[in-house]
Amino acid sequence: MSQDQALAEFLLRMGDNTLILGHRTSEWCGHGPALEEDIALANTALDLIGQTQMWLGLAAEVQGQGKTADDLAFLRDAWEFRNLLLVEMPNGDFGQTLMRQFLFDAWHVLQLRALTSSSDARVAAIAAKAVKEATYHLDRSAETVIGLGDGTEESHARMQAALYYLYPYVGEMFLSDAVDAALVEAGIAPDPASLRAEFDATLARVLGEATLTLPAARRARGGGRDGKMHTEHLGHLLTTMQWMQRAYPGATW
Amino acid sequence: MYAQMVKSTGKGVMSRADMSPEDAAFQDRIDAGEKIEPKDWMPEGYRKTLIRQIGQHAHSEIVGQLPEGNWITRAPTLERKAILLAKVQDEAGHGLYLYGAAETLGISRDEMTRMLLDGRMKYSSIFNYPTLTWADMGAVGWLVDGAAIMNQVPLQRTSFGPYSRAMIRICKEESFHQRQGFDIMMKMAKGTPQQKAMAQDALNRFWFPSLMMFGPSDKDSVHSAQSMAWRIKMNTNDELRQKFVDQTVPQADYLGLRVPDENLKWNADKGGYDFSEPDWEEFFEVLKGNGPCNVDRLAARNAAWDNGAWVRDGLMAHAEKKRARKTAAE
Amino acid sequence: MKTEWPLWEIFIRGQHGLSHRHVGSLHAADAEMAIKNARDVYTRRNEGVSIWVVEAEAITASSPSDKGPMYDPSESKVYRHPSFFDIPDDVGAM
Repeated sequence: MSQDQALAEFLLRMGDNTLILGHRTSEWCGHGPALEEDIALANTALDLIGQTQMWLGLAAEVQGQGKTADDLAFLRDAWEFRNLLLVEMPNGDFGQTLMRQFLFDAWHVLQLRALTSSSDARVAAIAAKAVKEATYHLDRSAETVIGLGDGTEESHARMQAALYYLYPYVGEMFLSDAVDAALVEAGIAPDPASLRAEFDATLARVLGEATLTLPAARRARGGGRDGKMHTEHLGHLLTTMQWMQRAYPGATW
Repeated sequence: MYAQMVKSTGKGVMSRADMSPEDAAFQDRIDAGEKIEPKDWMPEGYRKTLIRQIGQHAHSEIVGQLPEGNWITRAPTLERKAILLAKVQDEAGHGLYLYGAAETLGISRDEMTRMLLDGRMKYSSIFNYPTLTWADMGAVGWLVDGAAIMNQVPLQRTSFGPYSRAMIRICKEESFHQRQGFDIMMKMAKGTPQQKAMAQDALNRFWFPSLMMFGPSDKDSVHSAQSMAWRIKMNTNDELRQKFVDQTVPQADYLGLRVPDENLKWNADKGGYDFSEPDWEEFFEVLKGNGPCNVDRLAARNAAWDNGAWVRDGLMAHAEKKRARKTAAE
Repeated sequence: MKTEWPLWEIFIRGQHGLSHRHVGSLHAADAEMAIKNARDVYTRRNEGVSIWVVEAEAITASSPSDKGPMYDPSESKVYRHPSFFDIPDDVGAM
């Protein structure tokens, strides 16, 4: 694998994460539990869509096949996506959405922070912008997880259930493969496994304050970031998201 | 408009002779262009009419998130998705500002929300029409926001301070909403034959419902007369509708789209267009709850409220625990 | 909902060094959440660099009926305004 191939793959991983999670979060618009939460979720989704434009834009550039970020977002099929399984999981209730957001944010901040010193200046520049947004996302999602975990009996039970449901998808964030090895070698991105300790510390602190219990370790579900086996949820998301571009090929909007 | 057929006292404009000294002093302040603030004395009718009007306006913003929100997940490009999401989010913000203005009159947001959810309070008829294609995002921005702006711009000068300040903020933020709608229409009108047909179809469906937004003629309405005397309604419905048609028809021409009204023609004498009245029977049916989407819209708002109860309660319970712990530690 | 989130009044200071200005209100369970909500609701267009939140209940407002005694006396102290003094043009900028 050439370094450019590895880089392109990595950029898809970054951009697909924010694309899919941004899409999921945008599904809430107009349906949130309070106006303030509705508005805040939309801000998160907007940040993620903006990051997607940068990551996929750069991915298209590195691929060098004349594609755009939109081509990559709207004209690939499920097996070509490289996002973590975590972000394609359905919204469920507000608790599940916020737990998913928190687990992602806790990893995302560490990943972006490391990327700000990437040897690739383009990657470092995107990370520098995105890390500010992600830091706020983590602030907010962590505080909400704490509030709901340590809230009423019902909110506690729902957050515990959300954590149990999503925890098997955490492990994938720290898996390494040949792509990662090539990027570590080139000083472009950190070794995923190197982020685990700090992630676990954040998790322990927040879940502790939230009075939530970490579930017993189960086999980590992977297959998203390498595209080997996505969940069934992704196809439905793409069916909705890509409808216009598929139905009216070549039109401009 | 976003607030349609708001009832005031129902007795018509109070004559000077019938006014108490407080009423007269209050009317003098309004006539002098002074702003009324929440703690000032005000007639009960003024307060009640304002709560109804601002509440209805706020509810319209919130329910109005739904027809456009319907297309966020299907927006054709990343940029369109971001723009649409930002716009629908703005509507939530505008609802929030307006609820805030109404809350200064001594009613809570939750109380108003419950009145929306059980049908005691209304929202604009326009949001009971479906959005069927992407072109509807263009038509809604262009026509529906265009019509709303007609009403909201003069309301910046309304007599009630908090309402006026909310409208100033809303108008400032909303200036991009209509433009993004027209921009979508321009792209489609210049696009493939299919896109152009889609744009025409959207205009066909949204034209008359947009004219209905201003409400039926109110030149003889006692409610409107009182509201105008209090400067919480700034123009008659007919004035605004005429202005909207005069502004919009040339824009449709520019797009190469046909306004679906055979009676539409320029009237040089009045310096405006003659046009057909919308079907007012349909309008009253929609207001009564029999529009194409009334049931779905209210069901969606009720679901958001009911499914969100545990979240609101949970965060409140946590805040109380935190406060108790802090007090105990002191 | 059993208890409505309390109402908070929001004050924002913009980039240009002016004082915090009242921008509106919102609901939040506590002050920390009110700050975050204010950031999300009232700074969507890059409006601010500093946020104050005050629980609406904690605000004591002057009563409109005191308006005369409270503010009219300052009306007569015209000498507090620079335009009160006539300075000849040839003195230059002052």
